[in-house]
Amino acid sequence: METLSHLADGFAVAFTLQNLALALLGCFLGTIIGALPGLGPSNGVAILIPVAFTLGLPATPALILLTSVYYGAMYGGRISSILINIPGDEPAMMTTLDGYPMARKGQAGEALAISGIASFVGSFLATWGLAFLAPQLVNVALLFGPAEYFALYFLAFATLGGVSSRNQAKAAFAAALGLGIAMIGVDGQTGVPRLAFGNVHLYEGIDFLIAIVGLFALSEVFVFLEERAAGTGLDSKSAVKLGRVVPPVAMLKETSGSMIRGTILGFLAGVLPGAGASLGSFMAYSMEKRLKDKNSTFGKGDPRGVAAPEAGNNAAAGGALVPMLALGVPGSGTTAVLLAMLLALNVTPGPLLFTQKPDIVWGLIAALFIGNVMLLALNLPMVSIFVRVLMIPTRFLMPIVAMVSFVGIYGISGSTFDLMVMIIFGVLGWILRKYDIPLVPVIMGVLLGNAMEVNLRRAMTISDGDWSILVGSPLAIALWLLGIAGFLFPIVAGRFFRPPQPIEDRVAEGD
Amino acid sequence: MSDRILGGIGILLAAFYIWQSTLIEESFITDPVGPKTFPIIIGIVMALASLVMVLKPDAEPHWPQFRSLFEIGLTVAVMVAYTYLLPLAGFVIATIFAAGYLSWRLGAKPIESVLAGVCISFGIYAVFHLALGLSLAKGPLGI
Repeated sequence: METLSHLADGFAVAFTLQNLALALLGCFLGTIIGALPGLGPSNGVAILIPVAFTLGLPATPALILLTSVYYGAMYGGRISSILINIPGDEPAMMTTLDGYPMARKGQAGEALAISGIASFVGSFLATWGLAFLAPQLVNVALLFGPAEYFALYFLAFATLGGVSSRNQAKAAFAAALGLGIAMIGVDGQTGVPRLAFGNVHLYEGIDFLIAIVGLFALSEVFVFLEERAAGTGLDSKSAVKLGRVVPPVAMLKETSGSMIRGTILGFLAGVLPGAGASLGSFMAYSMEKRLKDKNSTFGKGDPRGVAAPEAGNNAAAGGALVPMLALGVPGSGTTAVLLAMLLALNVTPGPLLFTQKPDIVWGLIAALFIGNVMLLALNLPMVSIFVRVLMIPTRFLMPIVAMVSFVGIYGISGSTFDLMVMIIFGVLGWILRKYDIPLVPVIMGVLLGNAMEVNLRRAMTISDGDWSILVGSPLAIALWLLGIAGFLFPIVAGRFFRPPQPIEDRVAEGD
Repeated sequence: MSDRILGGIGILLAAFYIWQSTLIEESFITDPVGPKTFPIIIGIVMALASLVMVLKPDAEPHWPQFRSLFEIGLTVAVMVAYTYLLPLAGFVIATIFAAGYLSWRLGAKPIESVLAGVCISFGIYAVFHLALGLSLAKGPLGI
């Protein structure tokens, strides 16, 4: 029961006034960010990282603030799905299928309550899963040498494309683009400048925070501008009446099974590399439909069709933290963004983090438990506050997003050059989205490129230039094979496992 | 067709990237792999991915009409101007213009957008500078 004693220490870390206040603030902001269409967990966390960073918060409080935002956004996404049929973020897409019909039937309050409770069940159980599974994974990770890490990075990139893109070539292109950008700057091992074209600004490399804010947040502004100019933007849809926000006991009983099944599937989808919360909610919904849709009530406002995907996407959010914390390899867009924050704070996730700085890990996990309880409180009795926030029209919201992006990046360095690079990434992100090229592999490439190369070179130094070390252990071979299978599988059988296209294009990118 | 063009650009980019990688100067400190190899591998992956895009293009993406493109171009220009205006005019004044422009282009009425610009600018200044102590660009007026 080592885990429990660690967890108790974690609660001691998290139970300070400052950390509790940050968790509450994060949950509140996160729910708003999740609820607003156009702002999702990844771009919401992205614009807040530079802010948290320049505020000079130490690692643990900063991490608590931003993971609360992450969990909060997962809760909040459902609000706009149910009320206005536009998912607040990508993982909440499946919730529109039964949530909106429920709202049309005058059961908006019940739908919000059931989905709120499902979110709580999903993320609460997943946080337990995280607390028990992550240390186990750490034990495995301790067996990893540089060659195995290199293979693991390959696995992460190869499987990432499988779900987030419909075209493996485009996913590979995105990963190469990100890795290529990461190579810019002075080589850490030999000290020679690479691909900097003599520009002194580029010697330090391109800051991944700038890339993330540009690709995720600023590109969103361009997407909205384009829609507006083309006249396809839909303006304020009238929200439905709330009704009572207390779930009837019978409905709770009816949906409890769906919540548990959704949680298990979602957690598994979250832990697997490259799957993420969107797949978690998709799998949870499809399975629930296959199992329980006897009178074909699904899609017409069945509460089980709301409970399952919501439990699924929140459980996946917790599950995705497992590989991110234990291996340092994120499984989804938002965990990639969280990884960026850790790196910015000079914290390197992985097995060493658990042994050397356990207070950060367990403080974070404890904060997630606390945040969950706060989120349940925020999302049941106080949900009407967030419903009002939904009424902010994009013509005021998007300028705020753009300006906060500028403020955050300017705060890091105060340099005009960095702001220009951010604008370039914003335009790049818009173009890539037009081409249906996933942004998450680009971000992962920028983030992990240097670590991947360092591990390759370390392995080769150990073997004195013999490339066969890369497949020199059964573990490494297994990772390579998994990666290759994960890359090829979607090409063969992808059709059956992929979430459908977003109904509306104005869904925040990534999960 | 769009995918073919992108693939073509990708191949050119990859070729340029590989060429630039071969030009990386070796330092006196060396390791078996050296600073060139990994960038070259990345370039090859990019070239292969681009080649597949040329050979097997997806359906045409929905390209915006000239009007939307012009709109985005103009907004980029405004953002670039904003970054240069920041150190000259200070955060508050520069942001009133930039935020006002954005909200106007996103559909606010002229008076509304002026109000939005002023509110967003002072709002961010109050929250991020006065409350949170973040350093923002200072202009001649000190704000």
